[in-house]
Formats: sequence, structure tokens, C-alpha cells
Amino acid sequence: MRKTLNQKAWFFVLPVFVLVAFNAAIPLMTVINYSFQETFGDNIFFWEGTRWFKQILQSDRFHGALGRQFFFTFLILIIQVPLGIAIALSMPKEGVGVSVCLVLMSMPLLIPWNVVGAMWNIFALPEIGFLGHSLNALGIDYNYTQQPFAAWFTTILMDVWHWTSLVVLLSYAGLCAIPDAYYQAAKIDGASRWSIFRHIELPKMNKVLTIAILLRFMDSFMIYTEPFVLTGGGPGNATTFLSIDLVKMALGQFDLGPAAAMSLIYFFIVLLICWVFYNLMMRHEGQS
Amino acid sequence: MSKISLNNLSHSYLAQQNNDLDWALRDIDLEWSDGGAYALLGPSGCGKTTLLNIISGLLKPTKGEIYFDDKKITHLSPIERNIAQIFQFPVIYDTMTVFDNLAFPLRNRGVNEDKIQSRVKEIAKMLDLSETLYNRASGLTADGKQKISLGRGLVRSDVNVIMFDEPLTVIDPHLKWILKSKLKELHQEINRTMIYVTHDQTEALTFADQVVVMHEGQLVQKGTPIELFEKPKHTFVGHFIGSPGMNLLPCELMNGKVNFSGAKIEIEKIPSSHKVYSKTQIGIRPEFVSFSNTGIAVKVLKVNNAGRHKIIDIECDGGKLKMISSITTTIPSSTAYVKFNSKYTYVYGDDWIIEE
Amino acid sequence: MSLELKNVEKKVGAKTHIYSTNLRFEKNTINILLGSTLSGKTTLMQIMAGLDKPTSGEIWFNEKNVTGVPVQKRNVSMVYQQFINYPNFTVFENIASPLKIVNISSNEIKNRVGKVAELLKLSDMFHKRPHELSGGQKQRTALARALVKDSGLILLDEPLANLDFKLREELREELPRLFENRDCIVVYATTEPMDALLIGGNTATLHEGKIIQYGKTVEVYNKPKNVISAKVFNDPPINTTKIVKKDKTFSIKNNSVSWSCQSNLEGLADGHYTIGIRPHSITPYKQTENSVQIKGKVLIAELSGSESIIHFQSGDIKWVSLSTGIHPLKVGAEAELHMDVNQFLYFDQNNKLINHV
Repeated sequence: MRKTLNQKAWFFVLPVFVLVAFNAAIPLMTVINYSFQETFGDNIFFWEGTRWFKQILQSDRFHGALGRQFFFTFLILIIQVPLGIAIALSMPKEGVGVSVCLVLMSMPLLIPWNVVGAMWNIFALPEIGFLGHSLNALGIDYNYTQQPFAAWFTTILMDVWHWTSLVVLLSYAGLCAIPDAYYQAAKIDGASRWSIFRHIELPKMNKVLTIAILLRFMDSFMIYTEPFVLTGGGPGNATTFLSIDLVKMALGQFDLGPAAAMSLIYFFIVLLICWVFYNLMMRHEGQS
Repeated sequence: MSKISLNNLSHSYLAQQNNDLDWALRDIDLEWSDGGAYALLGPSGCGKTTLLNIISGLLKPTKGEIYFDDKKITHLSPIERNIAQIFQFPVIYDTMTVFDNLAFPLRNRGVNEDKIQSRVKEIAKMLDLSETLYNRASGLTADGKQKISLGRGLVRSDVNVIMFDEPLTVIDPHLKWILKSKLKELHQEINRTMIYVTHDQTEALTFADQVVVMHEGQLVQKGTPIELFEKPKHTFVGHFIGSPGMNLLPCELMNGKVNFSGAKIEIEKIPSSHKVYSKTQIGIRPEFVSFSNTGIAVKVLKVNNAGRHKIIDIECDGGKLKMISSITTTIPSSTAYVKFNSKYTYVYGDDWIIEE
Repeated sequence: MSLELKNVEKKVGAKTHIYSTNLRFEKNTINILLGSTLSGKTTLMQIMAGLDKPTSGEIWFNEKNVTGVPVQKRNVSMVYQQFINYPNFTVFENIASPLKIVNISSNEIKNRVGKVAELLKLSDMFHKRPHELSGGQKQRTALARALVKDSGLILLDEPLANLDFKLREELREELPRLFENRDCIVVYATTEPMDALLIGGNTATLHEGKIIQYGKTVEVYNKPKNVISAKVFNDPPINTTKIVKKDKTFSIKNNSVSWSCQSNLEGLADGHYTIGIRPHSITPYKQTENSVQIKGKVLIAELSGSESIIHFQSGDIKWVSLSTGIHPLKVGAEAELHMDVNQFLYFDQNNKLINHV
């Protein structure tokens, strides 16, 4: 059924338009402006053309940050998606347990992101943090402020703790929508638990998983606050992801031109991957 | 294939039962022999789906026992009972082809591939699915998907009972007609015990050899479609079966004589019971009321053309009635006389038939 | 008061959902749209209501062009197949909801709701919420809400489809009574030919987005314009097959069954035609003198208490017979059935009806 056209509705959207224009559209225009120019302050600009874009795309520093970013996102996705689905599968579907589980799952999502970073910063400290101290007591030489591997390990652990719940909640919603008759028919057909998962639950969770993966991809690709508060991008540049590198360049070094160019490149990468991903999902849906 | 016996089965979805209404099923006693086509007929909420799920093992009854061939199976799971069930809406594995869907139950039981190939092809032919056998199951129409569900049940040769839970609900009327006849044809061909749950009397009566009518969790009458039609033992059965249902009007029963609408009604078996009832009614199906020169005086209110016959609304002193006449019968314009076929006229006391 | 559709067409992308349609409904009529699912009934109703705009063509209500006027501005009520009620309102509030929007005094509201509720036997349910009602009661509430508005146009989209068989019968019988003395136009969409026959009024048969025939229900049933209209309007499906006319005799192609023409058909040219025989014209006993025998093998015998449906095959043609009473013909056995020639429908090479007796 088509909704009837009501032109008056546009007026309701106007305030949002103004807000978005002010907060997003105009700053975006500014960034595009900066990316083609050079400045030494005092609002004096010199046209540089595509020099910054070439410089960024050829710099080793950028390649390093980009590589780290892709690797990080990849690890996040392969850990959080299966883990989230597994937790959702083990959550009860009725009874008092449902509310308890839902509340427990929601809690990590409610904590402000810099607080999450700060929490894990202290939690993983080698001498006084519970995690850090325990690992060292077990004989593992662990110090995330100095060892790149430990820094990665801690960052990923923190993100998994923080965001897996999102995948859990979305998967759970998808699972609850499956009518009981499917499980009954599978029981009668003698299907194993794995068969039921593969042939009923996974296909039926298709749509929610698409959303979950898309959200997790975007968020992890743009991650800034938590790793910044946890490791500051260190040790060295071991955990300097794209956004952290970008901010260093823009605010730390005040290289506005290159920073603007890099942020646009960043933006287009995210846009491109999301577009590819979306089309793949839509084509897959169109087939079925 | 097995004989199915239900002993004193009762079920409640509540933890505690305070009165009759808390029970979904009450005191069901049934015995069904091998290979027959049976139907559970009743309105929504009468407990038929609950009963079906108890027989298939998807639900454990609060009280009572079930036996397949004298073996107690009340606490066995569906797989252990070797049953197949077809649900209200098509349940198929979206990601598989039609072939894989039909092969699924056999593969789960470790049957070898060659046997699977021949069996699946055989069943597909029976169900007219041979042409779409290698297409994705999700691309079929609703009736095609229901056939797949049915096929998954038929493909296993060790199935004791095949159960249908209102399987034609989502099917278009024209296709419903074809699928309904197909089910009957299938039963004639393979002779396996089939239990069909529905609220649609046409489906139940044309499919089953024996129909069980249920109302509010209880078994009201069990019999062949002909028995239920010609001699309903309870006014509910009289009303529920038949389109339109049985005419039920107040009458007087005195000294073995029935008075209705100021006239004495001839009944083949005059009830001689001396029990006193708070409510006596005369029951006659519209098919057994006909125009005559004498009898009960009636006024013709409305004539409805139902294509294959005419349904006429008439009124007499005793109340409003419906009668069915063939298309070619001339209908008197306003006042007329009708008579009741004495063989099929019954008296009901407090809703149960009064017999000698 | 009238509702008229002038050259209304609906296309979605490259696909035509409704082909150019011309219809006119008059005041105080019940008009039935009969067709299978996806034949275009719902699309047509939504265009009539103003919930959807036609790609081309106009809709006139009361001699005024209302094409493009949104549904809120039109005087329309609609009842759906799924029992649509406001879940948080009581039955009373549900029925009163369309009146509350228009600022009518609460006394007047009570009055009107009371009248409609009595008509639909809902008077003791006022305080209940939809989830406490049975399916039949939910649909009655939806109907009451549609009636209380006193709209000029009431649209019902398969309102009985989700109800139990018996409830469907009961409500179907009450419907004509609900709509009398209302000065409105009622449009009722259904897939069941029995609904059309028992409600009466006028019927339009639809097939794949086209209106095949429109007229008084009894006429559309007795004189289907073509084979498609006959097929849409018959349940169980009508038997159709090819026949040949030679001199004054008709015979079924590839079969020995033949009969002589009725007087008004003698003048027809010799050649091939199509015949339509309703299942109830074929019976295991002789219905009239003017009948022809057909022999065949019984495939399926469906015996309900009151009727027998026999599927049989004669040569390579499959037939369906519907007769009253119990005729327990044995499956696989040869049987002889009788067809009432008076009830045959003849169609020419273009599948159009030839006037018969």
C-alpha cells in the first residue's frame, strides 16, 4: 500500500535539515575546501590542487595506518559475529531469564566510550590492574604499554567486551522471530542441532545479521575514543588506527591540508565498502 | 503403520486448574485402526491442535496415555514415534532445492544416496513436483511449498502416522480444491494412517473415513461423515456439520408424542424416555425438509440461489427454518406447507439426542 | 449517489496490475469483486478508496471527480481480511473512534455506537479489549467501526477469509441485513463464488487485472460471458472440454458421447466449440429426461454427509461430478453417469458464450 502524499510533512523535517546543515553539511564543505589548499594560519590559503591527495595516498604512514585499520576490523568481525550469534543461541526464549539476559547484554553498550577506554586502561595495567596482574602472575610477560602484541590483544578484548552485545541483541531478535513450527518440523525430520542452525536459524537471521555486520564494520573502521584512551595509539604506532592518525595530523601537527585530504579519502573508503557490501546483500536477497 | 489408542487424555496449559475452562482437553478416549483417514473437526479453540501435538509428541499431556500398537509412547519424542506433521503454513528449508528438501529426512537417518534418489523421485511424481525438483524451494508458490512439506512426510517409509494441522489455510480456493482431492487420492494410493485437523467441514468430511467432532476440549461425537450427517448425537454436531447446519427449534415432548408448531411430528423412532429435560428441541436438517400439500404451515421469507441448489428461509409458528431444494423445484410464493422426513427427524433433550 | 471508474488503469513499473476499467456502481447496491488472489481485487479497492492513485483514468463519486483526493477527505470505510482494531482501545472506543475525530457530541456518539453494536451483537462487549475477543467478535468490531461512520462507500476486502467455516456462514448471512437502509455503496472482494451467490447483489468477475463481466450476480452466474468468467465463478471448478458439431449433433472430441442439438442451436455452423458443464449437472442418477450418458473410471470418491464428489476419467478427459446424497462408487471401477443437457454452456472459438436455452 502506498502512503498518501502529504506535503505539509516537509515542514516537520525542516528543523532537522537546519541542524544537519549546521553540524554536518557546512563542516563537510569546509573540509573539502581545506583539502585542496595550504594554510599557515591567519586564514590565508594557497591553492594546492591535488597535492595533498597524492601525498597521502603515497605515504607509508597512511598505508601503515590503513593496513592496521583493516586488520583490526577484520579481527573484530570474525570474533564478534560468531560469538554474538553463539551467545544469542544460548539465551532463553521465555521466562524470567529473558529479562535478566537482556539487561546484562545491554549494560556494556550503555557505558560512555571514553569511560570504557579508561576502565580497561586501569584493568589491564601490569602491576595494579586485575587483568594485567593476573596474567603476569600466571607467568605470561604482559605489558600493553610497551608490547605491541599485548596492546593489540587488550584493544581487541576491550572492543569485544564492549560491542559483542550489539550483535547478540540483534541476533536474538532475529531468532525470536522464527515461528515454532520450523523447529517442530526439524525435530520431526530428525535434523541435528547443527542442521537446524545451518538450514533454519542462519537463513532466517539473514537480514538482522546484515545489519549487525554493517554496523560493526562501520563502527570498528571509524574507532577512535576507546583505543585512544587505552593506548594513545601506542606503543609507538602499534595501535594507531586511521582516525587516531588523522587527529594526530590535524590537531597535533596542524597539517590541515593533508588531514582534510586524508579524512576525505577515509570517508570514501568507508562509503565504497558499505556500497559494495550493501549491493552484495541486496543481490543475495534478490536471488532468494 | 499402527493402531493408535488414546486413554483418558487431558491437557492444560496452566500450572493449576481450578475449573473446566482451565483444561484445553478433557478426558479424551479414542481408538484409531491402521491405515485409515481420520479428521479432528471443531471450531477454533476446541483443542484439536493441542490433541494433534500430543499425538505427534511435540507436547506432553498433563494426564493420560497414548499407545501405538499397544506400546506406550506417551513420553517418546517425535523422532522416536516415527510421525510426520504438516503445518498450517508451509515449512520448508529456504536455502535448499526441492530435491534436497525432500531428501533431508532420509539423509538425517543415514539412508544411502541411491535409495534417496529413487524415493525422492517417486514421491515428487506423486505430488506433481517432478518439474521443479531442482529449483530453489523458496521460489515455489504456497501450494507448491505445502506439497514439499507433505513430501517430506511421505518420503520416509517407516512413518506410522501423517498429521495435518489445517494445511490448506494459506492456499487459494481453486488450488485448495485441487490439493484437497490430491490428499484423498494419496491416501487411497498409499493407505497410511492420516489424521487431519480442521475447522472446515468440507475438508474433514470429504477426506476422512471417520471424523471426530470436538467442542471445548471434549469429544462430542465420533463417526463416519454419513453418520454425523444423518444422525448427530449432539446439537453442536447438528449445528456444526452441514451448510447450513441443522434446524434446531423448541418442541414439546409429551407421552411419547412430539408437538411442534401446533402440529404433531412423525418421528421414525419415537423416544419413549420418561426423563424430564429442561430443554427439548426438534432437529431436522434443511436437506430433509420439503414442500408438500399438508403439514406445517410456513411463510416463505427469502430464496437464496446457491448455484447447485436453493436455500430457502421459511417461518412457521415454531420459529425460523432453512430448507434446501433443487434448482428446478418451484417455490411457492408466500404461504405453503412443509413436511419433515421422519427418518431424519430427532428430538434433543438438553442438547443430547433422546433415543429409546 | 454513484461510484464510477472511467478508464482506470494501474501500472507498477512495466507490469500492469489493472487494465483499463470502466465500472459504475449505484446507490444501495452490494457489488462483489470475485476473482482469485492476485487478480487485482485489492488494488482496485484501494484505488476506489483513495489509498492509491491510478496511473491513468478517473474516479467519480456522486458525479464529482475525486481522482487524487486522499482517503482522509473521502467518505469511505474499509474492512480488512486481518481483523484490524486498535489494540489499546476497548470495543466501545474502537467503534467510536471515527466519530471522535469529527467532533460529535458524546451523547450522539453513544447513541450511534449503541445502534451499530446492537446490529452486530456486540452490546455486552463494550468494555473488552480486542485481544480478549474471539476472531468473529474482532471482525464484528471492525465492521461496526466501518458502519458507524455512515460513509457513502463501504469497502470490504475478503472480510470473512480468516474466520472459521461456521462463523463465515453466520456473518455472511448477516451482511445483507447490515447494509440495507444505509444509502451507501458496498463493494465486497472475495475469492469464494459461494459468497457472491449467497450475498446476491451485483458481481464483477476479475481475472489477471481485467474485469471480465459485471452484472446481476444471478445473471453472471447463469450466463457467463466467456469461459474465463465461468471458471472464476464456479467452485468446484466447472468442467470444460472441446466438442464438435456436425449436422444436428454435438459430440465430445475423442469420445463417443454425443447428443442432439437443441432447436435454437441447430443453426450454428459446424465446427469446434467448447462446452462448460458444472459438476452438479453430472450425477450418478438421471436428473431429467434430457440427459446424456458418459462412462468412465472412478478416480477419487469424496463423500461428505450430504454430497458426493466423484472424480472420474473418460478417455483422456478428467471430469468432476457433484451430486446430493451418498453415492459410494468404488474407486477404480467403471461407472455410468448422467449429464443434464439443459444445463450445458456452449462457447464459440473465441471462448465467448453462445446463447443457450
